[in-house]
Amino acid sequence: MKLFITLLIGMIFGLGIAISGMANPAKVLNFFDLAGTWDPSLIFVMGGALITTAIGYQIVFKTRTSPLLDVAYMVPSSKDIDARLVIGSATFGVGWGIAGFCPGGAIPALGLGYSETFMFMLALIAGIFVARLLNTKITAQTA
Amino acid sequence: MKLVQNYYRCILDYSTEFTPWASLGGGILIGISAVLLMAVRGRIAGMTGILSGLIPPMSSDWSWRAAFLIGAIIAPMGYILAGGVVPFAVPVSTTALTIGGFIVGVGVYYGSGCTSGHGVCGMARLSPRSIAATVVFMIACFITVFVIRHVLGG
Repeated sequence: MKLFITLLIGMIFGLGIAISGMANPAKVLNFFDLAGTWDPSLIFVMGGALITTAIGYQIVFKTRTSPLLDVAYMVPSSKDIDARLVIGSATFGVGWGIAGFCPGGAIPALGLGYSETFMFMLALIAGIFVARLLNTKITAQTA
Repeated sequence: MKLVQNYYRCILDYSTEFTPWASLGGGILIGISAVLLMAVRGRIAGMTGILSGLIPPMSSDWSWRAAFLIGAIIAPMGYILAGGVVPFAVPVSTTALTIGGFIVGVGVYYGSGCTSGHGVCGMARLSPRSIAATVVFMIACFITVFVIRHVLGG
């Protein structure tokens, strides 16, 4: 039952991505192409998602001290803006600009059945896998 | 060869329709999903984080992650099967898609999140890390697209 409800919540996310245009690399890249075929639609995606989440989170955290079907809220507590965060995010932005897909756009796009999405996802998974492997190795060596 | 060049030229100029209402509606749905995931499971709806737990070595709490992602994939599938239209075009080569995908993977791992995790959930909590991450990846993406389309491609 817990898993089924989680699946339904995932469906709302996937539907939102599909309707919003985030599953379409052409649209995403056009948003970033200010000097060319600019399409400002993604401002509305971001705005709608952000305002809804900000208000919703407030209500959730104020009305209940723990989630309905789980033990506790798992929210990152770190506040440090370190080099790792900045360089990682800059790297992500470069990749996003090259491919036109971000993880949240590509995962629901898998459901549309185009081979390009599968290629991107394989490369994305490889990237996360390799980065984590290297990071664990470096951490193990320095420990 | 000429045909191939024309094809690329044509998709490089691919413009998309401005869809404020659909995009706003989709954005609100993304937000509702993020709020529900927090209310019900106490989790951040960050696709990087959710996906990472399913890449070997998998995290022990893989089941809710798999359920969420399966839902996120079958919904657009059902939507098009029900007659909905989802515009889709990839204006870049498969090489760019693959290289870009790998770079995104490395970046979101070190940056601890992407558009959904930092851009929506983290910004909604006014997390300083997420605000910084979002500003950085948006600027990096604007610059990358400018360089590819107007410096290298122009």
